Amino acid sequence: MLHRVAPSLHRALASSTAPLRGARLLDPLLPSPHAQWCRCASAAASASYSSLPPPPPSPPQGPSRHGGGGSSTSSLNPAEVAKFASIAETWWDSQGPFKPLHLMNPARLSFIRSTLCRHFRRDPYSAKPLEGLKLIDVGCGGGILSEPLARMGATVTGIDAGDENIKIAHIHAASDPTTASIEYCCTTAEDLVKENRQFDAVISLEVIEHVDNPLEFCKSLSALTAPNGATVLSTINRSMRAYATAIIGAEYILRLLPIGTHEWSKLVTPEELVLALQRASISVEEMSGFVYNPFTQGWSLSDDISINYIAYGIKRSETPSTISQ
Amino acid sequence: MAPTPARAAAAAVHSLLHRTRCAPLHPLLSLHGSGDPANVAGVKPGDDELDVAIVGGGMVGLAVACALSNMPLTKHLRVAIIDSNPALKSRGYLKKDGVPDSRVSTVTPATISFFRDIGAWEHILQQRHAFFGKMQVWDYTGLGYTRYNARDVCKEYLGCVVENKVLCNSLLLRLQEQKEDIEKMIYPTRLVSLAFPSKSRQGTAGLKSPSTEADSTGHTSEALRSSNLVKLDLSDGQTLYSKLVIGADGSKSNVRQTAGIKTSGWSYPQSAIICTVEHIAENDTAWQRFLPSGPIALLPVGDNFSNIVWTMSPKEASHHKSTSPEEFLKSVNHALDFGHGPHPNSSSLDRYMERLFSGIGDTAASTQECFEVPPKAIGLISDRMAFPLSLMHSHDYVSKGLALVGDAAHTVHPLAGQGVNLGFGDAAALANVISEGVSVGADIGDLSLLSRYEKDRKAANVAMAAVLDGFQKMYSVDFGPLNVLRAAAFHGAQFISPLKKNIISYAIGDSKSPLFS
Repeated sequence: MLHRVAPSLHRALASSTAPLRGARLLDPLLPSPHAQWCRCASAAASASYSSLPPPPPSPPQGPSRHGGGGSSTSSLNPAEVAKFASIAETWWDSQGPFKPLHLMNPARLSFIRSTLCRHFRRDPYSAKPLEGLKLIDVGCGGGILSEPLARMGATVTGIDAGDENIKIAHIHAASDPTTASIEYCCTTAEDLVKENRQFDAVISLEVIEHVDNPLEFCKSLSALTAPNGATVLSTINRSMRAYATAIIGAEYILRLLPIGTHEWSKLVTPEELVLALQRASISVEEMSGFVYNPFTQGWSLSDDISINYIAYGIKRSETPSTISQ
Repeated sequence: MAPTPARAAAAAVHSLLHRTRCAPLHPLLSLHGSGDPANVAGVKPGDDELDVAIVGGGMVGLAVACALSNMPLTKHLRVAIIDSNPALKSRGYLKKDGVPDSRVSTVTPATISFFRDIGAWEHILQQRHAFFGKMQVWDYTGLGYTRYNARDVCKEYLGCVVENKVLCNSLLLRLQEQKEDIEKMIYPTRLVSLAFPSKSRQGTAGLKSPSTEADSTGHTSEALRSSNLVKLDLSDGQTLYSKLVIGADGSKSNVRQTAGIKTSGWSYPQSAIICTVEHIAENDTAWQRFLPSGPIALLPVGDNFSNIVWTMSPKEASHHKSTSPEEFLKSVNHALDFGHGPHPNSSSLDRYMERLFSGIGDTAASTQECFEVPPKAIGLISDRMAFPLSLMHSHDYVSKGLALVGDAAHTVHPLAGQGVNLGFGDAAALANVISEGVSVGADIGDLSLLSRYEKDRKAANVAMAAVLDGFQKMYSVDFGPLNVLRAAAFHGAQFISPLKKNIISYAIGDSKSPLFS
């Protein structure tokens, strides 16, 4: 299911060290996002938003923000982190603001299960196929992904920059003996790289569209992956269809997500992701899209990568090679 | 705006604290390596903790247990069956000689293939069972009849009549093959009470607690369990905890009432008498005649025996229960033969209709068959039992940690022999949903997972219940124009081959709707 990269883009990237096409300037965001998120947490999305729809895509505003929780080279944006912190309590409410993630979870897990079973040569009919593998969930939030992975037998570490999220994740995981062993840390990928930790598989879903520097982020993920290990990322494509459905549709019209969750200019196209990962010594082997069926309210894997997509790559064991011309 | 310096410092300190708190776990993990994750946290599931607790060891409850033990993804799940019925202790084949029990069920081909999938059908073949390939339905007015033949839809049989105890026994034998510790699996007690998980998992209360790290080990196991597992109190004093409770305990389900799930429905002004009769020769057809007060059905059960299900008003039922066997046999033969009305026969109009519709697909074999008189019953060889009939449908099939299957979720009129087949359909669907959940590491008590089962089965069950209810109402009124309408329906179903094939496919479980294939 791997989609080929346009040759022109390939060459453009190979010949320059400039930021990725369409890369954002280090400035987000909508006017006072933090205040907006606080309002959102206290009252369900209400008519107050209709008076002030922030113009997407957003114009550059104000000075850039650097640094996350204590690390100066973090690729994270504290405002983005804050977006999630204020609604942290609702992570496990499957009808709350995180409902789309809960609905998407089975489809993402089936992709992860099938690719990791193939990668590590595990029996796909086993109830705990990931037994004995060390996995890390980067940007675990409330642990929506970490818990099923632990139930599938993996030894899971979940990290997130939001302290509230880690707290919630910890409390929720403690109630089931299979998930109580998940190691949750409030830290960033870069910090873990400094501690020289490595994992058999690194999974980071729906995170890269929220970071300031996706290239650095990919490099951190790669450093966390053991040689010949697997990396799985998922995100939203930067396409017109994604703008229409995931931003306008999901945020403004259907109010499935709080407004401002995704910013179009920060989305990453599959081609950019593949190249960024290649630069970080990860070769993408498979990619799949997700489609939402509004009638069954379920997501399923598909060939359509124009909106949501997930990619699985293998960390090459030799030193990073240059992109072939 | 940008975090204040104080806030930033606090955040930095916090993350530092968390990092150092994470650090001690590293040597622990490396010590234990990739061992059992449950042990690392120090919380191991106890003997009284189960994954699935099936309350009710009847046909449908056992079918769920059998299906779960048969699928690769779910066979490791800790399943328990709670039922005080001593029949669950039996371990061998039931003998074929002796009088057939009068509690029988007609299993459709869809159910038969489910049983084949879970490996229980071969056990049924070793015990008494009766396939039938023909069916005849008519009513007291003598205005029309319909014959169905399995060859109409290119099958070898329309269904199989099996005694309920044989069905249960076969499932039990299959379970025994799969699990050596079947004795530990069956709890021969009754359920006294159920407590569902409390809703305190949102964590708002937990956020205020100072040390969240200590919770995973210092938390009392009782509090942990109550937030995640269903608690079952049994009549022998034991307490079990389970991630999922399956209510398979029949129409008066204790589990459903404890969970507070409401139902809708009504009692039919009818009771059914069931008994076993004997013929001179083997009966190979299922017969059903609609009489003014309800249908009488004659189903082959094997050898020269047949089972009678006679629906009538409760007063008539108590009268017929108390008459002598000879009297009863006479009224049975009368009801099946010339009682209440003449024999139907086909006319030239029917032949014309048959030719008209023969262009659409092949002509069904049974359109050529003439009306036949059912075989006479020569002996009553079992006691007569009567029980009231009602329609019931549960508003919800699932809630967190709970799923209802079989009669606990729905009961229908027995006039088409569909009741337990709907239950087996529930069992298959629920087992599949649990398997899908395990494959993506879901919590099997999770409501969003169980809702998939509910969505799948509710539509099918409600549709079938409505069709059967419609039939029951249509046949309970003796009104000239309605009689003619019914007769037209009989003639239509008999002589219009495509319609007949659709009806058969729906009734045997091959298709989901009787009208659109």
